[in-house]
Amino acid sequence: MDKYLSIEAVGMSFGDSPILTGIDLAIRKGEFVTLIGHSGCGKSTLLNLVAGLLKPSAGTILLAGKHVDGPGPDRGVVFQNHSLLPWLTCLGNVHLAVERVFKDDVKKRTQAALELVGLAHASHKYPHQISGGMKQRVGIARALAIEPKVLLLDEPFGALDALTRATLQDELMRIVAKTGATVLMVTHDVDEAVLLSDRVVMMTNGPAARIGEVLEVPLERPRERLKLAHEARFMELRAEVLEFLYDKQAARGKNAAALKVA
Amino acid sequence: MRAVALRKVVTPTSPPHPAARREIPVQVRPRRAQAPEWVVSLIAWGAGIALFVLAWASIATFGGRIPDPVVVGKAAAKIFADPFYSKGPNDQGIGWNVLSSLKRVGIGFGLAALVGIPLGFVVGRFKFVSGMAAPIIALLKPVSPLAWLPIGLLIFKAANPAAIYVIFICSLWPMIVNTAVGVRQIPQDYLNVARVLNLSEWKVFTKILFPAVLPYMITGVRLSIGVAWLVIVAAEMLTGGVGIGFWVWDEWNNLKVEHIMIAIFTIGVVGLALEQALMLAARRFNYG
Repeated sequence: MDKYLSIEAVGMSFGDSPILTGIDLAIRKGEFVTLIGHSGCGKSTLLNLVAGLLKPSAGTILLAGKHVDGPGPDRGVVFQNHSLLPWLTCLGNVHLAVERVFKDDVKKRTQAALELVGLAHASHKYPHQISGGMKQRVGIARALAIEPKVLLLDEPFGALDALTRATLQDELMRIVAKTGATVLMVTHDVDEAVLLSDRVVMMTNGPAARIGEVLEVPLERPRERLKLAHEARFMELRAEVLEFLYDKQAARGKNAAALKVA
Repeated sequence: MRAVALRKVVTPTSPPHPAARREIPVQVRPRRAQAPEWVVSLIAWGAGIALFVLAWASIATFGGRIPDPVVVGKAAAKIFADPFYSKGPNDQGIGWNVLSSLKRVGIGFGLAALVGIPLGFVVGRFKFVSGMAAPIIALLKPVSPLAWLPIGLLIFKAANPAAIYVIFICSLWPMIVNTAVGVRQIPQDYLNVARVLNLSEWKVFTKILFPAVLPYMITGVRLSIGVAWLVIVAAEMLTGGVGIGFWVWDEWNNLKVEHIMIAIFTIGVVGLALEQALMLAARRFNYG
């Protein structure tokens, strides 16, 4: 297996409290991998390590053979709460990212990114004038427009209602298929993980969380939500993730409520 | 302050009491057409002013020394017919007096912005500097700006720069404090965006720090200019020269009380205009 994004023996601790220990994960080019686990297991921390927003206490992270040392435009990040700058239009938000990376065709690339997420018509609107789902699409456009080697998504649909979430999941599958993007995504939605991923990485409970199991999702693409809902193979995979989360890693106390099983 | 007072007068436009509304379908009386909201506002506005003038007129009639609205109105017509005459430094039109007061406020306030806004950024950005500034600001902020006037006179040995200096001092604190608060309130998300995109320092400042702090800065500016306009009148009474504050004192010495009344309204109108202009600016930069 060729390693495009390679997380090697990574550990992370804040002060004396260990968050992650001995994380080994290799992701192929064009692969879609989700990290799933109970709240507080450190899956977002792992994503932030790959993003370069945090520095690992131990181990290394390599992207396309290059050592990850701090944030950079070779990784596109989509944050949970969209993080669009409210004083810039959708166009302005994407433009800010594009002009950082490309010298030529900045306007064209910006437009193309907004078209990709189906928001060309709203490009001159400000974030407060559009819906939550649309904001998250602009966030995805901003991350993709810089043509990153890997797309990092931190619970991107966590704050959306179920219907919007489903639409955006379909949209994301379409975009990923079209661009061949490599994706690492954090989620706590079991269906989302199985529907979108090539592999689901299940993490044990913290502190000092590890990778518990890795589940291959050999479902054919393109995947269709409605067909999958009746497919036995999908149900089995889903059950496996549920088993891991609720049986092997039963959440303690109030953490259980944070897990969504739609 | 005047803007707020006027707003309050307009509030009778609030919806009718729910109980009152529920009664209507029971009594089969035809529903009367409601007057548009702006008409109600206008009536309330006019009623408030009428009441004020009436109270003033009755005080003038029974109280003696205060000129009644008609006398003041006539005097105002005369004064505003030629607001820009100039017969030497001690006898100038009200327009010149207002303008020279505004000029002092503008200069003192502009200097305060030049010093206070960058200082506010530094105080907001670095905890240690914030710790250093806290006791100084806490101690000096409640001091009446006029207490600084003798120091100003001592340093500058002239009335005009001393008055500007007082405006500078009183505008400085709100500017520093509000800018610093704005800098501290910048959401971590925005800074993460900057880090993820690896934006240059210049881009971070122009695209993230500055726009994020701007609404707070405008609040600082609004508070500053309000205080400055209050203070300039008092400072000019003490320093003399040309200016609306000096004019008030001069007319008191001439015992032209109707002119003092005119000055009071003029000061109010100019203060209201300054406040409204900045409210407009604040609304422009208030991101939903």
